[in-house]
Amino acid sequence: MLRQTPSQTIGPFFHFALVSMGDDDEPTHGGRIEISGKVLDGLGAGVPDALIETWHADSAGFARTATDEDGRFRFRVAEPRAITDSTGRAQAPHVAVGVFARGLLKRLVTRIYFEGAPENDRDLVLSFVPANRRATLVAKRESGANRFRFDIVLQGPAETVFFEF
Amino acid sequence: MANAYNREDSSSHPPLLHPDYKATLERAPREPLVCMPPTPTEAAGPTDWRRIAGAAVADLTKAHAGTPIGERIVVTGRVLDEDGRAVPGTLVEVWQANSAGRYAHAVDQHDAPLDPNFTGAGRVVTDSEGRYRFYTIEPGAYPWRNHPNAWRPKHIHFSGMGPTFATRLVTQMYFPGDPLIDIDPIAQSVPSDALDRLIAHFDLTVTEEAFALGYVFDIVLRGRSATPMR
Repeated sequence: MLRQTPSQTIGPFFHFALVSMGDDDEPTHGGRIEISGKVLDGLGAGVPDALIETWHADSAGFARTATDEDGRFRFRVAEPRAITDSTGRAQAPHVAVGVFARGLLKRLVTRIYFEGAPENDRDLVLSFVPANRRATLVAKRESGANRFRFDIVLQGPAETVFFEF
Repeated sequence: MANAYNREDSSSHPPLLHPDYKATLERAPREPLVCMPPTPTEAAGPTDWRRIAGAAVADLTKAHAGTPIGERIVVTGRVLDEDGRAVPGTLVEVWQANSAGRYAHAVDQHDAPLDPNFTGAGRVVTDSEGRYRFYTIEPGAYPWRNHPNAWRPKHIHFSGMGPTFATRLVTQMYFPGDPLIDIDPIAQSVPSDALDRLIAHFDLTVTEEAFALGYVFDIVLRGRSATPMR
């Protein structure tokens, strides 16, 4: 058995190499949604050198984008659907998110769920999250069709839930 | 039936909070990570990297009209999983400072010259044996403001996607014999018996006569766990 290569921070200088990417395939179901937000550090300051990657197991579920000088990000992915896996476990519509930044020695992994989705109450992964922290994983619907707001708080009282799996 | 992936091996990776690396103090989460079961979401990922990432850039010394200053090197290796299986068709991206220790990045204000013939970014998709290969120049060490008289060892940043969302890895490759590795808080954040895995090996068989020194750096990603997801 080989041993895993250790992770190291992405550092502050990745932008000229790790360019924004998306899957240009047309979604096979429904349209796209836009998710925007801000990455914040433990002092409440925007993180201007973070990289956000998204994935959901459907067409056009991958996106990669860096935060701007204020820590803001914005990406568009295919609208995720509820999934019932082969064991009958339900997952509400969600997007898996990886966060990299200077000062993060490893990727942080979180999930975006969506305000108002009826499946949230019986989602397999949310059931592992302490009830008082689940709201940090639910994107708020913004005015305009299919637009959501999701902030990523790295540290502090409103800290986003991050997962190991 | 999709298999789940082995968990991140905590004896191989750095902790999130490593006070010697000052930036972790305000950015590392303080709540424990929430342990979740594997689901089909993490056991899948984009696969067609040639289409998503666009044209390969395997020779960082040929990105401009002229030849960059510095010692030309070959860096090659295989992307593998923990069972030693090759990871073919996966995207490997690299970035680095130039030979003077300066990044072609607006945020880098180190008083060292930019090289008009060197950007320092590459990307390739691994072949059927999981192999990648870059031509570049040896990066320089550079100072940073973490603590007084702090210098980063020479390094090349590596980004590997792997087969699924679960296998994603970003790391840094160091050079053998670099005295700065022993005093670098970022390198020293990893468990001491794992640090060797971040240091490339000089290899005379990879070295090209009268042209470039050769280094080998293999990358081992999380492997599939023995038990299927159901």
